[in-house]
Amino acid sequence: MKIGIPKESLAEESRVAATPNTVKQLIKLGFDVVVESDAGDGASFSDEAYQSVGAEIVSGDAAWQADIIYKLNPPNEHEVAKIREGATLVSFLYPAQNPELVKQLAQKKLNVLAMDMVPRISRAQSMDALSSMANIGGYRAVVEAAHNFGRFFTGQITAAGKVPPATVLIIGAGVAGLAAIGAARSLGAVVRAFDTRLEVAEQIESMGGEFLKLEFESDEDGSTSGGYAKVMSDEFIRAEMELFSRQAKEVDIIITTALVQGKPAPKLVTREMVDSMQPGSVIVDMAASTGGNCEYTVPGQMTVTESGIKVIGYGDLPARLPTQSSEMYSTNLVNLTKLLCKDKDGNIHIDFEDVILRNMSVVNEGAVTYPPPAISVSAAPVKKDEPAATSVKKEKKPMPKGLKYCFNLAALILIALVGQFSPVSFLSHFTVFALACVVGYYVVWNVTHSLHTPLMSVTNAISGIIIVGALLQIGPSVSVVTVLSFVGILIATINIVGGFTVTQRMLKMFSKG
Amino acid sequence: MSQGLITVAYITAAVLFIFSLAGLSKQETAKRGNLYGIVGMAIALVATIASANIDALALILAAMLIGALIGARLALKVEMTGMPELIASLHSFVGLAAVLVGYNSFLSMSSGASEVTEGALLNIEMGEIFIGIFIGAVTFTGSIVAFGKLRGIIKSRALVLPGKNILNLFVLVATIVLGVLFFQSGGSLLYLAVMTILAMLLGLHLVASIGGADMPVVISMLNSYSGWATAASGFMLSNDLLIVTGALVGSSGAILSYIMCKAMNRSFISVILGGFGNETSNTSNDEETGEYKEIQPEEVAELLKQSRSVVIAPGYGMAVAQAQYPVADMTRKLRDAGINVRFAIHPVAGRLPGHMNVLLAEAKVPYDIVLEMDEINDDFSDTDTVLVIGANDTVNPSAKENPNSPIAGMPILEVWKARNVIIFKRSMNAGYAGVPNPLFYKENSSMCFGDAKATVEKILKAI
Repeated sequence: MKIGIPKESLAEESRVAATPNTVKQLIKLGFDVVVESDAGDGASFSDEAYQSVGAEIVSGDAAWQADIIYKLNPPNEHEVAKIREGATLVSFLYPAQNPELVKQLAQKKLNVLAMDMVPRISRAQSMDALSSMANIGGYRAVVEAAHNFGRFFTGQITAAGKVPPATVLIIGAGVAGLAAIGAARSLGAVVRAFDTRLEVAEQIESMGGEFLKLEFESDEDGSTSGGYAKVMSDEFIRAEMELFSRQAKEVDIIITTALVQGKPAPKLVTREMVDSMQPGSVIVDMAASTGGNCEYTVPGQMTVTESGIKVIGYGDLPARLPTQSSEMYSTNLVNLTKLLCKDKDGNIHIDFEDVILRNMSVVNEGAVTYPPPAISVSAAPVKKDEPAATSVKKEKKPMPKGLKYCFNLAALILIALVGQFSPVSFLSHFTVFALACVVGYYVVWNVTHSLHTPLMSVTNAISGIIIVGALLQIGPSVSVVTVLSFVGILIATINIVGGFTVTQRMLKMFSKG
Repeated sequence: MSQGLITVAYITAAVLFIFSLAGLSKQETAKRGNLYGIVGMAIALVATIASANIDALALILAAMLIGALIGARLALKVEMTGMPELIASLHSFVGLAAVLVGYNSFLSMSSGASEVTEGALLNIEMGEIFIGIFIGAVTFTGSIVAFGKLRGIIKSRALVLPGKNILNLFVLVATIVLGVLFFQSGGSLLYLAVMTILAMLLGLHLVASIGGADMPVVISMLNSYSGWATAASGFMLSNDLLIVTGALVGSSGAILSYIMCKAMNRSFISVILGGFGNETSNTSNDEETGEYKEIQPEEVAELLKQSRSVVIAPGYGMAVAQAQYPVADMTRKLRDAGINVRFAIHPVAGRLPGHMNVLLAEAKVPYDIVLEMDEINDDFSDTDTVLVIGANDTVNPSAKENPNSPIAGMPILEVWKARNVIIFKRSMNAGYAGVPNPLFYKENSSMCFGDAKATVEKILKAI
């Protein structure tokens, strides 16, 4: 089958849905690939580069005539008209926001897979384009902030004075937020982060951020079964806003990434908060395209408030790293192709038994299949109820003190009895025995783990000392005793020689690198 | 040779034996330690032979020559993967020797050759013989069964006889009764013989009812027994050298058993009573089945090349597949490429304490990159790739996470904290303990199926 890669028509869009590298992989899977001329220009992939790996460069609408179309943005009305009836389209689609588009696509009897509908399950991670774009966006948000911020991110002590590090507040620790934490940290800023989902605290800390915990009585947790955040209660939001207004006075940069699935973005940063910030501070609103988290945000623009705060509302942050975004998105597509084409024969099959494909499918052979049946995925661990029980259960009962004393007493009595009733010659041996046990105890504890096997073979060899017994018992006459002794000497010697030799062999092998 | 000289020789030998064990505390001094042991043994033998019956010298030398030949042959021929079997067979020899020495003492006592003829001393001597033979016999048959299990002649699965604990208890009680009868009869061969047979059966049953995964404990336990058997012989012969040596070996084995038990978070008693893995509580947790990812050796090679730090966690599977050589080659290649490669050894990996260390040493992996569990557990979070080669229960997260798991609380290698975990395995079957392993289904783990040796060789080729 033929895969078409049209040039993105959206203004300012510089990404492309295939790179020369991924074209090579698609061809390997058995597909023919046609790329619209200049499609990769924005992302620095030339037509020649595509050609050299076996793609066909076409101009005009030819790319739209392919059996399968891979692209980034939802097609516009004009573009839908160009698609062949019965073809398959894979792109970002946002079906909830674009019901009209879905209807049009259905009329054309298309098969449509929405890249924004990849479910959040482990198996689907390799095709999760939202995550890969969010990752890039998070990084770019920090770069934009740094670009517009008048000072260093990192603290320095120089001959020209001391520079305090910038403080960055990141609201929403999804993929984008975490990427932003990482990027800000590596520039040297102090990073604080907030999220309604308590489970991400650990992830925030793992990226080097400080988790801001809400002082709030109820243990409301903001995660849904799908691993995304949900709308919180009024009370919770009030506590949250208080936290933000306190933080706003302290921090230099705010990056907001708070999105609620299928709803306009929550307004988290009010005008008052922004006005209370230091002049020169920067806010990057990554939720601008769904309305913005900040009241000052103007989508697609940077606004400067009266008090000199810059509010950035660019909606195309991932597209500002076109090469990187194209590489990652097109790799997501290749992984999807592998799932669609299990036989690597260049034919695709949208298997509705597969939850990933079922979830992504918006239109199937002209029938609207959106919304898909709910699948609960455990991106978040199931609520932990056990830990308390665990710790109680695992606590090993230490021996009660009384019992311990009893044992000691019993041992003492036993030894006293032995002393009372056994002859002196026995006791002298017993002394030797007891002391040897103690010596053995201390000596053996010092042996390193790695030498346990040699330790065993050496102790084996020296326990061959039992030969002494047999040696003393053997006599010249042929008697039972002599025969038994003979056998005893023989096998004890096997032990001695065998044990020492094998130890020697092993120890020779241990060498330092 | 004068009695004084002999005593001095024995003391020297005993001190040398202690030095020998002390030498093993560090790699650097280990060879010297072994040498001390050999010298000590030589001194003790010369002194003993010099004082032995001079007319029997020819016999003694003949027996020793044969023994030495067999021993040397065994030791030089054995594969390092076969170490557990060798050690088990050596234990059985000590056990058998202890039984023989015991019977000899008994025979010479009852024939009046011994200087002790009456009173408390006689009783003590009888007691020592009785105990010595008992321990010796248990060690003897127990080691044979252990040998059989390790060789695969006997099924490694734990044998479960109905009421096995009662059986053991019965044998113990019977032994005590026989002991009393033995005393009262003033030393009757019949009681001694019956006890010996019972003790042998006990040894058989004890080890047969312990599962394959507990072998490290069994081996070290038998090591300990062989020591106590020697010590008991020392008592019956009034020989301090035997007592000292026996006590050293006995406590060494006991400590090893303790360490092994600790590493499995099990009490010594529960190991001895055996039957582990049969009680697999049906904790069929739904989470424990799931989807696993498969990875090809070539992709593993790619991943390794991109890693900065790699940890290899080997287990018994590596020994079975004889994969230590390709693993060592791979280690060398990766280290040459500037990648930090280390090994993480769980205390009970393999079938013998320290088994993995010996195998890796055989393949010339430098010992300073072979680390213990406690040394490396904190480093997993900074590790790019972990290769789990033939290990299963020692990397099973349910020991930590699932309080109902049969292996709950066992200290384990926390490999899943690394960025990528690759598990080399022949199939998706559970490990020796029969516990399902959720590690396989973790997001960052991938399975690489196939024979460990073949797989590692493929990776080696691709690097």
